Amino acid sequence: MASAPTSKYNSHSLENESFKRTSRDGVNREIGEALPRLPGETRITDKEVIYICPFNGPIKGRVYITNYRLYLRSLETDSALILDVPLGVISRIEKMGGATSRGENSYGLDITCKDMRNLRFALKQEGHSRRDMFEILTRYAFPLAHSLPIFAFLNEEKFDVDGWMVYNPVEEYRRQVLSWIHPENKTVIMRCSQPLVGMSGKRNKDDEKYLDVIRETNRQVNKLTIYDARPNVNAVANKATGGGYESDDAYHNAELFFLDIHNIHVMRESLKKVKDIVYPNVEESHWLSSLESTHWLEHIKLVLTGAIQVADRVSSGKSSVVVHCSDGWDRTAQLTSLAMLMLDSYYRSIEGFEILVQKEWISFGHKFASRIGHGDKNHADADRSPIFLQFVDCVWQMSKQFPTAFEFNERFLIIILDHLYSCRFGTFLYNCESAREKQKVTERTVSLWSLINSNKDKFKNPFYTKEINRVLYPVASMRHLELWVNYYIRWNPRIKQQQPNPVEQRYMELLALRDEYIKRLEELQLANSPKLSDPSTSPSSPSQMMPHVQTHF
Amino acid sequence: MLGKGVVGGGGGTKAPKPSFVSYVRPEEIHTNEKEVTEKEVTLHLLPGEQLLCEASTVLKCVQEDSCQRGIYGRLVCTDFKIAFLGDDESALDNDETQFKNKVIGENDITLHCVDQIYGVFDEKKKTLFGQLKKYPEKLIIHCKDLRVFHFCLRYTKEEEVKRIVSGIIHHTQAPKLLKRLFLFSYATAAQNHTATDPKNHAVMFDTLQDWCWELERTKGNMKYKAVSVNEGYKVCERLPAYFVVPTPLPEEDVPRFHGHGIPIWCWSCHSGCAFKMSALPKEQDDGVLQIQKNFLDGIYKTIHRPPYEIVKTEDLSSNFLSLQEIQTAYSKFKQLFLIDNSTEFWDTDIKWFFPAESSSWLDIIRRCLKKAIEIIECLEAQNMNVLLLEENASDLCCLVSSLVQVMMDPHCRTRFGFQSLVQKEWIVGGHCFLDRCNHLRQSDKEEVPVFLLFLDCVWQLVHQHPPAFEFTETYLTVLSDSLYIPIFSTFFFNSPHQKDTNMGREGQGAQSKPLNLLTVWDWSVQFEPKAQTLLKNPLYVEKPKLDKGQRKGTHFKHQRQLSLPLTQSKSSPKRGFFREETDHLIKNLLGKRISKLINSSEELQDNFREFYDSWRSKPPNYHGLLLPHIEGPEIKVWAQRYLRWIPEAQILGGGRVATLSKLLETMEEVQRLQEKIEERHHSQEALQAEAASLLRTSARLSSLFPFALLQRHSSKPVLPTSGWKALGDEEDLAKREDEFVDLGDV
Repeated sequence: MASAPTSKYNSHSLENESFKRTSRDGVNREIGEALPRLPGETRITDKEVIYICPFNGPIKGRVYITNYRLYLRSLETDSALILDVPLGVISRIEKMGGATSRGENSYGLDITCKDMRNLRFALKQEGHSRRDMFEILTRYAFPLAHSLPIFAFLNEEKFDVDGWMVYNPVEEYRRQVLSWIHPENKTVIMRCSQPLVGMSGKRNKDDEKYLDVIRETNRQVNKLTIYDARPNVNAVANKATGGGYESDDAYHNAELFFLDIHNIHVMRESLKKVKDIVYPNVEESHWLSSLESTHWLEHIKLVLTGAIQVADRVSSGKSSVVVHCSDGWDRTAQLTSLAMLMLDSYYRSIEGFEILVQKEWISFGHKFASRIGHGDKNHADADRSPIFLQFVDCVWQMSKQFPTAFEFNERFLIIILDHLYSCRFGTFLYNCESAREKQKVTERTVSLWSLINSNKDKFKNPFYTKEINRVLYPVASMRHLELWVNYYIRWNPRIKQQQPNPVEQRYMELLALRDEYIKRLEELQLANSPKLSDPSTSPSSPSQMMPHVQTHF
Repeated sequence: MLGKGVVGGGGGTKAPKPSFVSYVRPEEIHTNEKEVTEKEVTLHLLPGEQLLCEASTVLKCVQEDSCQRGIYGRLVCTDFKIAFLGDDESALDNDETQFKNKVIGENDITLHCVDQIYGVFDEKKKTLFGQLKKYPEKLIIHCKDLRVFHFCLRYTKEEEVKRIVSGIIHHTQAPKLLKRLFLFSYATAAQNHTATDPKNHAVMFDTLQDWCWELERTKGNMKYKAVSVNEGYKVCERLPAYFVVPTPLPEEDVPRFHGHGIPIWCWSCHSGCAFKMSALPKEQDDGVLQIQKNFLDGIYKTIHRPPYEIVKTEDLSSNFLSLQEIQTAYSKFKQLFLIDNSTEFWDTDIKWFFPAESSSWLDIIRRCLKKAIEIIECLEAQNMNVLLLEENASDLCCLVSSLVQVMMDPHCRTRFGFQSLVQKEWIVGGHCFLDRCNHLRQSDKEEVPVFLLFLDCVWQLVHQHPPAFEFTETYLTVLSDSLYIPIFSTFFFNSPHQKDTNMGREGQGAQSKPLNLLTVWDWSVQFEPKAQTLLKNPLYVEKPKLDKGQRKGTHFKHQRQLSLPLTQSKSSPKRGFFREETDHLIKNLLGKRISKLINSSEELQDNFREFYDSWRSKPPNYHGLLLPHIEGPEIKVWAQRYLRWIPEAQILGGGRVATLSKLLETMEEVQRLQEKIEERHHSQEALQAEAASLLRTSARLSSLFPFALLQRHSSKPVLPTSGWKALGDEEDLAKREDEFVDLGDV
C-alpha cells in the first residue's frame, strides 16, 4: 500500500470546493474509497457534521480527519461538495456556541485558515462530538505542541524526480552573501543585514572593510550603492538599538538609498484587511476604496519599485549593489530575488524559479518556520508574516504584465503557496539550513519540486518565449497592479475566473493543429508522392476543424 | 529661422507657491538644432478646410524617458483642426505609427476634440476662456480623446501668440451654429469624392425595408409591424421616419401625443421583446391627465392582449441613473488620465484607487451592466416583454436596450451587427449626439457622455470574453475617437430629422443637390487596410453552422437573416413561437400575470441572483447569451483608451498584446502549413494570405498598442518618484523592527 504509485492523488491536493449538481453513484460507500490518502497518511476519525458554506448555505456532510488532512464529503444528494484541506493550513481552531446555545447550527467549530478562508462546522450538542473533533484537529494541525512529527516526515510519496537535487545548497547565509553577478559588466547584487553603527555613530571596522572589498571587485565604477529597504525614519530609529545605517563619513564612495518598504508587522495587518474585504463576501460597490484601505497593493508597489531600482542600478548604472534591511532575510530576500528575476531570464523558467526560491529564500535563511508557523498553535505570534506570499504576488504581477516571459503559469505559483502551508513537503520547513540539516530534511522528507517537476506540463505557460537577454522591468504603478483574484478570492464561486482561459485554450488548439500539420507534411514528404488520396488526411478536414483560420485572413 | 530660439534666461524663482510647476528648465530643452535645414513642413488640408491663423517658432514639449524634449514648429488653426507642424518628423517613421489615422495626424486636434485649454502664466496654470488680457507663455490643451499637448510660446512673436491663442480659444469654445459645422463645408467640397455605399457597412434603418429585415431577422414580424406614419417627419421630429410598433396598435394613435406614449419596438427574442417608450408630457390639468390615462390604458391593453406576453415596465428616468450623475462621474474620472507630466503621474499614483472610485464611473458601468442583466432575466427566464420608459427615450433607453441586445443577440457582436445596432438604437433612435457631445458648444449642461458609457460597458464585455466579439478593443477606442471628427455625419446630429433637413433632402432650394455625407462606418476613410486588421479580433470564430447543406457565403445580405439568438445556456427547452402560445394564454388567464406583476422587489432580486448564478455556473457560449461579470474586482479601467497617451503607463513588450501577437504568429504559421499541405495534395494555387497584421512588425510592442506613440526607446525602467507615506493608524506597528534582534551579540 505504502509503495503504491502515488501521483494519482496529486491532483486532489487543495482543489477548490467543487459543486456539481449531478449526484454520483450513491451515498454509502466504503470509507477507503471515499477518502483519498497519501502513502503514510492514516485515518484518525470521521464525524457527521453540517458544513456551513458561506456561499451556498449549510450542507450536511461527513468529515474525515487524517494525520494530514480534513476531508469533507457532502451527504446531500443534490450537492457533490468536497472539501479537501491539509491540516497545515489551519491557523486557529475556535469553538463557537456553548451548551446553552440556541438556534440552528450555532454550536460547532470555526477554523481559520492561512489561505484566506474560514471553515465552519456545526455539530450535535450531545455526545462530545465537538470536543473529540476539536481535540483531534488541534493535535494533528499543531503537532509541534503535542510532540508529534510534522506530516512531511511521515509522507512516503515517491516521485520520478528528486526535487532535492534541483539546488545544491551552499553553506552560507545571513552575512554579506553574493547573490548575483552581471554577466557583462560584472557588477554584483549582494545582501546583508543592517550594519552595526549604533546610537553614538560608533563604527564597525569589519563591516566597512567588507564593503570596501566589494566595491573594489568592480573595476569599472569606483562606487557602491547601498539600498536600505526600510523607510528612512525607521533606520534612524534603529540606531537607538545598536543598528542603523551606513553614514557617509564611515563608508566612503558608497551611496545610500532608502526603499521605504514597511516591516513584517505592517504586511501582516495589511493581508488581514485583504481577507476582510474578500472573504466570504466581496465588497461590491466600493471595491477600489476598500482595496485601497488594505494598502496591500501599495506595499506590492513599493517592493517592486525597490527591486526595479536595484536591478536598474546593476544593469545600467554599472555599480555594485548591497541590499539590506534590518535583518536581511525578509525585505532583502524580496528585493534581491525580484531583481534577479528582472535581470536574469534563467530564473523565469520553472527550474530557475525553483533555484531562486531555494537559494534566495530557503538557503539564505528566510525564517519560514517563524513566518508561517508550521505545526505551531500560536496563531497570534508576532513573527508570522506573509512575506513570501507577498514576493509570489509580486512575481504574479510581473507575469501578468509580461505574459510571455515566464515559463510557469499561475497554477505553479498557487501550488507553491498551497504547499507553503500544507506541511506535506519538507521544502519550506524550518528557519535555516542548519536546522534543516540537523533534522535531515532532505533525507527524511520529500521536496515540493519533486511533485512539480514530475508533472511539469501542468505548470507550463504556453505563451512562454525564451528571450535570454531580456531585462524585464514591470511598471510599478497602481494603474497596473491588481488584486490577484485567482488566489485571494478563489474560494468564492461567484468570482472564480474562467478556467481555462479562453485565449490560452485557443492558443493550445492552434499549437496542436500546427504540430499535426507539421507531422502530416513530413509524412507527405516521406511518402514522396504528392497525390495521396487517403480520405482520413483529406485537405478539407483542417479547415472544418478550424474555420476561423480561413475566415480571419 | 527655425531652431534659433534663444535658449537661456533664468527660470523665474520668485513665485513662492506656483500652482503649476514647469519641470523643464529652458536649458534642459534639447532642441534639434542639427535639423535646422530648410525642411518644408506642409500643412495637409482636407477638401473645404481653411487655414485661419498660425504661429511659428512654437515649441512642442514631448516627454521621453522622463525627461522633456522640445520640437520647434508651426502651430496652426483651421476651421477643422489645430495642428502642429514640427520639423522633427523622423519619429514618425517607426512601425507603431503604421496605425496612422488618415484624417487626423499625430499632432492634429479637431476643434471638437478640444476639451479644456490652459495657459501657463509665471508658472501658474489657469483655464483659458473668453477674451484674454494677458497671453500665456505656454498653452496646454486637454483633448476629449485624452491627449495632452504642451506648446511653449516663449519664442514666438507676441502678435502671433495673440492671434493663435485667441483664435484657438474662439474656434473651440465659442458657440457655433449647426450650419457652420465643418461637416457641411467638407461635404460640399468633397462632393465629387465617391463615398462607399453605407449599406455595405451597416443597416442604416432609414428605410421601411431595413426595419422589415430586422423584424424578420429577429422573428418579430408576426407580432410587430413597421410603420411609415412618420414619413417626412409629419408626426414627430424626434422619431425616425420609420419604426416598428405592435401589430394591433392603431396607426392613428401615434400622432395623438406626437409619438409620446407609443411603445416602439427595439428587439425581439424567442421569449420576449424590448420596447422603448417616451413618457407623456407632464400635465397639471386633470382633464388632460384623464385623457392621457385612458390613452395609456388603451396602449397597455393592446400590448397585454394575447399573443403579447405580460409586460414589465422599467422606468429609467426615475429609479436608475440620472444624466447629471453620468456627467459628474465622467468629468471626475477623465481628470485621472489628463496628466501633464511624469511627476504628476507618480505623485498621483499611490493614492490612485481612491479618486478612481470616488468618481463612481466604474460603479455606473456596473449599474448599467446589472440593469441589462435584470432586463435579460425578465425576457429570458420569465418570458416577459419589457417596456423601457424614459422622458425622451433617447438616452438611457438607448444605452440599456443596446446593451441587452449585445448580450443576447450574437449578431450584435459582429462588426456589421454592432454598427447596425448603433444605427438603430442611437443614430436613428434619436440620441442627441450634437447636444450630448456639445459639438456646438451651446450648453455644457447638456454634455453627457452616454454613448461613451455604452462603449465602456461593451468594452467590459469584450475584455471579459475575448473570443465573443468580431471586433477588438481598438475598434471601440477608435470609435470613441470618431465622435469628434466632423467629416462623418454619424455623430453630428440630434435626430434623423435634423440630419435630413440640413442635408438638403427636403425643403432646400433647387440650386443644391443633396449633400452626400460620409458615415463613420466606412473605416477605410480613416485607416489603410493594413491598419484595419487591428479592428478585427483574431480570436473570434464565426458561429458554426449546423446544417452544412445550407451553408451560405458570408455576404452581408445573408448575415441579416442568420442569427436568431440561440439560448443553449437556458435550462428549459427552446420554445417555439406559436406552438406554445396557447399555453401562455392559459397561464395568463389563470393569473400568472397578476402574480408576476405584484412581484416584490426582493423576489426579483432572488430571481436575478438565481438566473445570474446559473448562467455563471456553465461555460460561456460565445454564440449565445453572454453576460458580464459585475463583481467589484471584475469591472476594470479601459486601459487602452484611458492610459494610451501616458508614457509611464506603458508596459513594453507586455500586456495582452504580447499573447495576442503570439497567437497571430501561430495562426499564420498554421495557415502557411495548411497551404503547403493543400499544395501537395492538389497542386492548385493556394490562397494568398494577406500580410497578417501590424502586430508582427515590431519585436516589442507596448501594452497600449496600437496607440502609445510616445514610445520609450530605451529599456530603462520607469521609476516611480513618489515614496514613503504615512500609514495613519498603523504608525506604531510601522515603527517596529521586523523582530527583536540583539545586535550586541553579533
